[in-house]
Amino acid sequence: MAAKSQKPPKPQTNKKELLHLYREMLLIRRFEEKAGQLYGMGLIAGFCHLYIGQEAVVTGVNAAIKEGDQMITSYRDHGHMLALGMSASGVMAELTGRSGGYSKGKGGSMHMFSVEKNFYGGHGIVGAQVPIGAGLGLANKYLNNGKISTVFFGDGAANQGQVYEALNMAQLWKLPTLFIIENNQYAMGTSISRSTAQKDLYKRGLSFGVEGVQVDGMDVLAVRDATKKAAAHARSGKGPMILEMMTYRYRGHSMSDPAKYRTREEVSEIREEHDPIDMVKNRLLKEKWADLDALKAIDKDIKAIVAEAVEFAKTSPEPDPSELYTDVLLEVGT
Amino acid sequence: MSIDIQMPALSPTMEEGTLTKWLVKEGDSVKSGDMLAEIETDKATMEVEAIDEGVVGKILVAEGTQNVAVGTVILQLLEDGEGLDVLSAPIEAPTPDATPKPAPVSSVSSTPEPEQSTASVQSVPTEIEVPAGTAMVETSIRDALRDAMAEEMRRDERVFIMGEEVAEYQGAYKVTRELLQEFGEGRVIDTPITEHGFAGIGVGAAMGGLRPIVEFMTWNFAMQAIDHIINSAAKTLYMSGGQMRCPIVFRGPNGAASRVGAQHSHDYSSWYANVPGLKVVAPYDAADAKGLLKSAIRDPNPVVFLEHEMMYGEIMDVPDMDDYLVPIGKALVRRVGSDVTITAHSRMVGRALEAADILADEGISAEVIDLRTIRPLDSDAIIKSVKKTNRIVCAEEGWGQSGIGAEIATRVMEQAFDYLDAPPARVFQKDVPLPYAGNLEALSLPNAQDVVAAAKGVCYAN
Ligand SMILES: Cc1ncc(C[n+]2csc(CCOP(=O)(O)OP(=O)(O)O)c2C)c(N)n1
Ligand SMILES: [Mg+2]
Repeated sequence: MAAKSQKPPKPQTNKKELLHLYREMLLIRRFEEKAGQLYGMGLIAGFCHLYIGQEAVVTGVNAAIKEGDQMITSYRDHGHMLALGMSASGVMAELTGRSGGYSKGKGGSMHMFSVEKNFYGGHGIVGAQVPIGAGLGLANKYLNNGKISTVFFGDGAANQGQVYEALNMAQLWKLPTLFIIENNQYAMGTSISRSTAQKDLYKRGLSFGVEGVQVDGMDVLAVRDATKKAAAHARSGKGPMILEMMTYRYRGHSMSDPAKYRTREEVSEIREEHDPIDMVKNRLLKEKWADLDALKAIDKDIKAIVAEAVEFAKTSPEPDPSELYTDVLLEVGT
Repeated sequence: MSIDIQMPALSPTMEEGTLTKWLVKEGDSVKSGDMLAEIETDKATMEVEAIDEGVVGKILVAEGTQNVAVGTVILQLLEDGEGLDVLSAPIEAPTPDATPKPAPVSSVSSTPEPEQSTASVQSVPTEIEVPAGTAMVETSIRDALRDAMAEEMRRDERVFIMGEEVAEYQGAYKVTRELLQEFGEGRVIDTPITEHGFAGIGVGAAMGGLRPIVEFMTWNFAMQAIDHIINSAAKTLYMSGGQMRCPIVFRGPNGAASRVGAQHSHDYSSWYANVPGLKVVAPYDAADAKGLLKSAIRDPNPVVFLEHEMMYGEIMDVPDMDDYLVPIGKALVRRVGSDVTITAHSRMVGRALEAADILADEGISAEVIDLRTIRPLDSDAIIKSVKKTNRIVCAEEGWGQSGIGAEIATRVMEQAFDYLDAPPARVFQKDVPLPYAGNLEALSLPNAQDVVAAAKGVCYAN
């Protein structure tokens, strides 16, 4: 049942697709770097969790699912929103707590949503999004709408009990849901070996009969291919699957994490040898699908998008004080 | 164009820090992700990373400089191909003493107004037995809590602590600093992120004869565990006809921190106060934090101990005593007054004391009662005060409906109705989930002015 994926020699792709994936990942990277900088300048407050290093996971998943499929994740959510095509300006303005943000400034970095783009948040309580994601699967099945839900959670979250309650029900009821574990090796300062008795997280569904595969989460094409298979499985009525994406976060857990629990060498080794963006860049150059100038031009484009988002996030007004009392309850009948 | 690198804020509350070490020198090329410098805050040492490519131009703040304000330009980075000459005139690096200091901690406001009440405050019998001549040690609330745990762990081998990041990381808010080093991993235990599971394990360990301290990284996450706190810990003594004890302390920061949004900013005082079988404690100052936590650890019952994240760094006096205990269940009159009683707990006590200062300037003498324990609530202290002042304002940071203030107001009406000259007033958080935006967050939370307005209201002094 659960099996380590046999890594196919070289996943198929083409110029157009690979350039697109490159752009997507670069947008996330540059957006997050900027967010980190704005935090340092005091424009973003509270908690702010960056996705730098993990870009290939959500980008690859997004390349494999269909329009209308849902996504839900934790507080480390900026990359997911950008991948789904939510506007960089709207996300950045939420980070700065302005009225132009996706939650009108009322949610912040950890809490954004988009009905239009099928993004269900942005959740601050570790593990809580997992049963909610299965619930989206239940709705899909109930409505027979052909959609699948994808729920992202961390290696740390994988120890929460509600994850297993959700897996059991998802398999029992054959819910069209993908449980995507972003295994970045750490939950705050706790490495996976210090929190977990059985470290192969893709096996965590075995006792419920949920199939799982482990995937190189730094390789966007491997992520895409594994997700395609799993999505077909879920969509065909066979029930959920677990995808364990092996990845890494370069920055601290949140902005205020001194990250003393790992060595500088460990981080730079991954940055130099396994960077998901460099991997795609090298293939683009090797296949001669782009030269350095073309890549520079993409970089410039992305920088402009991010700069525009920053400008918007700085100039969008604070929410009107009257917003304090809105959105608590709906009128009956609306 | 050169890029100014500023002193970054590394945490929601950081205003300044020490630039401990430069990891680059002028002329070095850097790329995004390279470490530039090491910075120290009150909580941690961290690195500043480059986010742009370039060559290190001028270093403007020397290593070892303390109190560098967030936003100070510490380094100028040259973009590829630029020479040093493009640098703007060197910006003056603020000298340590020129740097604006954050407002002093509020230990000042916790001292009663001297001219008004020095004498009378001493005449109020406080329950704390501090022998005359006891020295005071300035201690942060964070360390006062740590000291309480360390002392009790030395005293009683059955006491141990567990929770997320309490051991190797030294506590998410550094409250368990150095406990692992002193007591070892058998007694300072890192758990996975499994609140429901480890709260249950704590309850079992308590029933099995140990004295666990269970730390929740914040009380928000204890909602995962509330079943064990209430159904397993609080009710068992009763359900077992008095046979089965559960001596356990559940502790961690409660309430609103700073700009962390609705799911991380919930005051649970009234939730736990509702439950028979629990004791619920919420200290305001460092001495109480220490003395009450020690009492909680020794208590044979389950105790919910609510701390305040925004106060961990506040430095206040703690009596230098071998065994400083503050009894659970006793309120403390923090300021004596005659016109109106103000009750509060945790951080709100500071707001109430601030309000009392303002009211004094307007000729209203407020008596401030620090509840310290929410359950059992010290009704006697409140009723006694109201019988003197004839008016009451109940202040809390949480929501109003079914809140602590609602309970106090009811008790006052039941037990001192005839003494009241005005209906009791309440001050509480606005009836909405806490918003992230800075301006809305400030509007949501009660402050000293809200307490002043309520006090003037019951004094008909508006
Ligand atoms: C129920 C709960 N417990 C604790 C926390 C505090 N916390 C926030 S993130 C985190 C670590 C989660 O690690 P992981 O699931 O691996 O996700 P990652 O941050 O690596 O993306 C912790 C302990 C929380 N938000 N919710
Ligand atoms: Mg993780």
